[in-house]
Amino acid sequence: MALSGACRDLTILSVTEAGPEGGAHGCYYIELANPGLGSAVAGQFVMVRPACFGQDPVWPRPFSICRLTPEALTLFVQVCGRGTDVLCRLVPGDTVTVWGPLGQGFSLEPDTPTLMLAGGVGLAPFVEYAATHPAPANLDLVFGHRQPLSCYPFAEMAAVVGRAQAFQENTPEDLPRFIELLETKVAEYAGGLIVACGPRPFLMTVARLARRFGARAQVSLENRMACGVGGCLGCVEKNALGQYVQTCTQGPVFWVEELQLSEEA
Amino acid sequence: MSVDTSVRLPGMPVKNPVMTASGTFGYGLEFAPYGDLRSLGGIVVKGLSLAPRLGNPMPRIAETPCGMLNAIGLQNCGVEKFLRDKLPRLPWRETPIIANLYACDADEFAELAGVLSAEEGVAALEVNISCPNVKAGGIAFGQDPCMAGKLAEAVKKRAGDKPVWVKLSPNVTDIVSIARAAVLGGADALTCINTLTGMSVDIRSRKPRLANVIGGLSGPAIKPVALRAVWQVCQAVSAPVIGVGGISSAEDVLEFILVGAHAVQIGTANFMRPDMAFRIAERLPQLMAELGIEDLASYRGSLRVG
Repeated sequence: MALSGACRDLTILSVTEAGPEGGAHGCYYIELANPGLGSAVAGQFVMVRPACFGQDPVWPRPFSICRLTPEALTLFVQVCGRGTDVLCRLVPGDTVTVWGPLGQGFSLEPDTPTLMLAGGVGLAPFVEYAATHPAPANLDLVFGHRQPLSCYPFAEMAAVVGRAQAFQENTPEDLPRFIELLETKVAEYAGGLIVACGPRPFLMTVARLARRFGARAQVSLENRMACGVGGCLGCVEKNALGQYVQTCTQGPVFWVEELQLSEEA
Repeated sequence: MSVDTSVRLPGMPVKNPVMTASGTFGYGLEFAPYGDLRSLGGIVVKGLSLAPRLGNPMPRIAETPCGMLNAIGLQNCGVEKFLRDKLPRLPWRETPIIANLYACDADEFAELAGVLSAEEGVAALEVNISCPNVKAGGIAFGQDPCMAGKLAEAVKKRAGDKPVWVKLSPNVTDIVSIARAAVLGGADALTCINTLTGMSVDIRSRKPRLANVIGGLSGPAIKPVALRAVWQVCQAVSAPVIGVGGISSAEDVLEFILVGAHAVQIGTANFMRPDMAFRIAERLPQLMAELGIEDLASYRGSLRVG
């Protein structure tokens, strides 16, 4: 069982570019020594704040758990602003404060054919999902990305799961083709389980297709968070009843029928 | 050197001056895994209204240099659910639980005060007349001395033996006049300050970063404003002042006490790390010993000016 709760200062073991082109595209693996975060359910996340943030930026940053072993916690980070830029410049021996695992993870059904739909950095939680799944042959991965494929942990996943397919979006014309691929796949898995993580428009497409084909699907939201523990109410999402639910504690993984996903977050 | 961190506030013993600020500590329970709630001087819970409130649309928060903007809009579970499901699970016998209350008009404020004052587990009422993120009530009360005074009076009448704190807004020309009016109206203490109104925009999307467009600025960026306001108010009124605004260390706590505050509230710093308030409470006596401060009462307001 996951040991959530205390803040822990974890030592950075390594910060490495993801693949030969990872640095150029801002994609990194950050590996932290794990002195007792316990285990996690894939899809759970941790809050990370290096001491060098000082008073600016004020917020820690949430990251889904890419891999958690008794020895190390691995994060897959894409530089997208001040916080991630600082994090990816840290060096081995630096420490960061971490709390977690937090939130609700993905459902894991060993005997159910499961389709993993990932967009960009949204591939991260599926590394843990595939690694902890008792029957990875039942897993099928469709991965949409913009940066070169080598910038993502795709190859290692493809080696583990039953099927894996990547689709690079280079031009605006690629989007309808990708959505067509998603349609085909979601229709195939209407009787199985679909788990998805990625940018909001991608998740909205997954939710729409899941509803259309009557598929059971979960999406992991990447809403902006201040605290990660339910204190700020900044990360909420509207549920099917029109009430706000907290992404940090009641999510980040939700069944699509629980939510009214909108453009804003 | 042993030090005394206890503080005298109206109607309640306080073991140390480190409290948490409303809206930044949930209902307290969310932070229980990160420290001992009983170690805090007090817990001010998320602003409560008579009926549950949905709050504002997303996005509701934005990060700014040394701070953040929020336009949560007082989302809360309503007073009934708080009293039934949350309060009994809080260590109210060991640590004062302060109910922050919000309403749309004076009658509703008074009704809410009546409900909360009947609860043994509620140590004091903090009247929010300074929220910038709601259309009705909120800051409208806090910008007019006459209204602030009348509201304090209306709440005090229904508060029974519970102390009434009034939380002041910095978004006024003269915070001292509001503070005086609130005390004249019956406020037992003042909380100083709420957030500053602010705004953040995205030049690419050409959109505001908050759905509400304008929000409340908090965090270390506002500490100098809060410190100034506390100092001015402490010069003008005899009621105890609880300082809040950008406090993120034991050093910050002493700064506010030096200018006259009786206690402080930790707000946005709770988001920096969820054990922040506990760490500050733990560090404070060590820092006092290092500085040769035996007790807070003798240190309070000892700022040397001129």
